[in-house]
Amino acid sequence: MSLIETKALTKTYGRIQAVRSLDLHIEKGEIFGLLGPNGAGKTTTIGMLCTIIRPTSGSASIAGYDIIKNPADVRRHVGIVFQDPTLDTVLTGHENLELHARLYGVPAAHRENRIREMLQLVDLTDRRNDLTRTYSGGMRRRLELARGLLHRPAALFLDEPTLGLDPQTRERIWDYIKKMAQKEQTTVVLTTHYMEEAERVCDRVGIIDHGQIIALNAPDNLKESMGGDLVIIRAKEPPVQKIKALPYVTEVKLDENTIEITMKDAHLHLAELLSIISDVECVEIRVPTLSDVFIRLTGRDIREDSAEDSGSWIDSVARYRPEGELKR
Amino acid sequence: MSKKRLQKELMGIYAVWWRELKVFQREKSRIVSSIVQPLMWLFLFGTGVGASVSISSVNYQDYIYPGVLTMSVLFGSVFFGLYIVWDRKLDVLKAVLVAPVSRISIFFGKVLGGCTDVMLQIIILFLFSFLFPSINIRGIPLAFLLLFITSIALVSMGLALGSLLESLEGFQVISSFLVFPLFFLSGALFPIDDKLPVWLTGLVKLNPLTYAVDGVRGALLNVNVFPFYIDLAVISFFAVIMFLLGSILFSRMK
Repeated sequence: MSLIETKALTKTYGRIQAVRSLDLHIEKGEIFGLLGPNGAGKTTTIGMLCTIIRPTSGSASIAGYDIIKNPADVRRHVGIVFQDPTLDTVLTGHENLELHARLYGVPAAHRENRIREMLQLVDLTDRRNDLTRTYSGGMRRRLELARGLLHRPAALFLDEPTLGLDPQTRERIWDYIKKMAQKEQTTVVLTTHYMEEAERVCDRVGIIDHGQIIALNAPDNLKESMGGDLVIIRAKEPPVQKIKALPYVTEVKLDENTIEITMKDAHLHLAELLSIISDVECVEIRVPTLSDVFIRLTGRDIREDSAEDSGSWIDSVARYRPEGELKR
Repeated sequence: MSKKRLQKELMGIYAVWWRELKVFQREKSRIVSSIVQPLMWLFLFGTGVGASVSISSVNYQDYIYPGVLTMSVLFGSVFFGLYIVWDRKLDVLKAVLVAPVSRISIFFGKVLGGCTDVMLQIIILFLFSFLFPSINIRGIPLAFLLLFITSIALVSMGLALGSLLESLEGFQVISSFLVFPLFFLSGALFPIDDKLPVWLTGLVKLNPLTYAVDGVRGALLNVNVFPFYIDLAVISFFAVIMFLLGSILFSRMK
């Protein structure tokens, strides 16, 4: 049995179907990414799995506990990091973890050791006695990761863990997530609409749109389904038939002087390809990303869909004001 | 409920209570202002009015001392409870609400936390009782008990209202239309006797806080209108109702 299983999991709000009949199996130890634009149903899915939102129909279980029949057991076995920061800013970093350990019934005998261990893992040991109000955005996120894993959950849910952080900090947060998942051997389920970031971290991704999973596979496999890399060459009268005959070429499109070639492993075969084309003016290679996969599956750019996102992004930045960095 | 489950719930209640105490410790300016305000009532207002008024052969300052204690409990408790509106706005509560602890336990922890804050302030105010010659110091434990029960009722009421409010704008409304009327109609500053107009006597008797003030005044000054068991019964009943109402509304809170 998979660690997380959903059967026809559905949530409707009035006439809007936020999540439609979701069937998902997530294995133990996996880092699984739910990818999609805002409003696709990612947060609703996570909310149902964490027993915060009651499904309209369908069922799901985590570590064998049914989310509807045994919500308390489910809660004990999952860790959650919400999209918006939820640290108690009038408490110190250490006190935040202490509060959480008590709420999750971590036995007093292990509590201090476990807190120390987690603070070390997110490199916050030297700031543990400062109020979290003085932490920067990245530090707050790290402490929330530590808090989410404190009670050794079977699964850790991360809802947009890098939203509102600057690119550098985002990179570091992903490194922490990877490191922690490995060290703690926890299954991680995360949502994000940063496709490029997800493909570096996730073992498998599910692309979700309008409440439905439209593709589910390892990132490399999904990208492979695009038929390979795209090579765009501008040349005078390119030999289309000759190019089509090459074994590694899957698709060729000619538009006046520009030829678009879809092919496998462009970096290996580029020299041979160019040798049969004369008068090459310019060459461009595009390795497909998950964003390209999304565009092909939906006909839309995920970034267009996330335009409304700018508002909440600014909101998050405002709340993540890095006062701490300035004070030091 | 199994023993282990109960133990976890108790640990959860303790965790929430512990958090409130940490916050209380840190907000020293709030503690100071919550002590200074009642002292101003006693020493500025009390001395001023007391210069020309005494009631039931007790000087006016001594007479309002129990009323001012009850007022401190009223303001401290209700505003503590209402504070969850702010907590919710900052998402501080979110992480607590998803923990494997029942909502009732979290509510209970909050109530205990609020009562502890308020009763610590009351203990400080009791330290000033030696300045009021008519106060019977041996009545303090009984007064403490009554004020503690009153605090349970009022923190619960504050949390109940806080669960319903969506924004901080409601604060002012509750302050003007609930907290102040409860205070003025409690007999904290004037005696309930034949001289009061009938409509005012009626309103005062409907106010549960009247019985808290009366009970505390009985314990500290031996001046009371209602028998003690009536005071205790009304306050306890009020506390039970508010606690139940609060726990229901808190459990339903989004």
